[in-house]
Amino acid sequence: MNIIVEIVVSLLLIGSGIFALTGAIGLVKLEDCIQRLHAPTKAATLGVGGVLVASSVYFTMKSGALSFHEILIALFILLTAPITANFISKVYIEGAKSREDLPQTGTQHGWAIYDDPPRK
Amino acid sequence: MLKRLFPHPLLSLTLVFIWFCLANKVTLGHLLLGGFLAIVFPIITAPYWPGRARVGHPVKLFKYFLLVMWDIVLANIDVAKIILFKKNSEIHSHWIVVPLRLTAPEAITLLAGTITMTPGTISTMLSSDASSILVHCLHTDDPDGVRDEIKSRYEDRLLEIFA
Amino acid sequence: MITIALAFAFLCFAVGLAITLWRIIVGPSSADRILALDTMVINVIAMILLYGIWLGTDVYFEAALLIAMVGFVSTVAYCRFILRGDIIE
Repeated sequence: MNIIVEIVVSLLLIGSGIFALTGAIGLVKLEDCIQRLHAPTKAATLGVGGVLVASSVYFTMKSGALSFHEILIALFILLTAPITANFISKVYIEGAKSREDLPQTGTQHGWAIYDDPPRK
Repeated sequence: MLKRLFPHPLLSLTLVFIWFCLANKVTLGHLLLGGFLAIVFPIITAPYWPGRARVGHPVKLFKYFLLVMWDIVLANIDVAKIILFKKNSEIHSHWIVVPLRLTAPEAITLLAGTITMTPGTISTMLSSDASSILVHCLHTDDPDGVRDEIKSRYEDRLLEIFA
Repeated sequence: MITIALAFAFLCFAVGLAITLWRIIVGPSSADRILALDTMVINVIAMILLYGIWLGTDVYFEAALLIAMVGFVSTVAYCRFILRGDIIE
């Protein structure tokens, strides 16, 4: 196998490992739950992304045919990470915050977790 | 005729693409099999999809996608630096309210996803009339600046795409 | 060289998994525990892919894909259960 490809794959793997570890450290180090939410949604996602790119490059070079099914996992994680983050932050607000702790919306309608949507 | 065969062209294209990805090679046989799925599935599930998703400017959407990908990489490095090299007492978190000009549900969803994936911000909730979005910022000394950057960098582009 | 990088990545992800496990045990609120579980799922996906590269086979790809899907659905189900007290209304 080509030496350049080996270097690229190795760098990707090391980088993604460091990012995943950073996400886990953030999960322990930060003080507030909503701050902890920042660490895994970003760092861990890029960690998996790096592994996926490395896997794609490695198998493309190994078999000679383009290996692109990693796109499927990458897209899936990219699309679902914001949704899970949103759900978890809602759980956090429901449990730890009251209406007065959050800033005002600027209109007469409150935040969606407390108020029903206005009737059309 | 064409509209009855493909009630959701975008969904059909996505299905073919996913089939190619699962098979991990592009051949005529897989195109036929994927094409069959792409015709059958949208017709079966048509009752659950009353409206058709519309993309006004595919090229601009693609450019927006590339911009967001680049921002995700930069954001990760930013957040990693904050986590590793800042003391907890030096991290100033803020709640930021971003008033929205977007009205289309797809556009608001895209904006919320973008905010979550990019620099140190997480979108948590909409107001009940969908006129503003509540954003949590991990570390900033200038909350208004972050709000203005979200508006100028992402919302303006989305307004153009879904105009 | 790839072998060394793989070993390093394995180590990072394994330490990450152990740390998130600690957060699940300690985590003061249920939001913390759900978040830690979600992070664990993402790390496990990466570890399965790494194992696939280690063995030089891509048969583990489907397992990683399925775990990604199941992990997402289970996270959403946990959150909905806490928010609404019910998963399917």
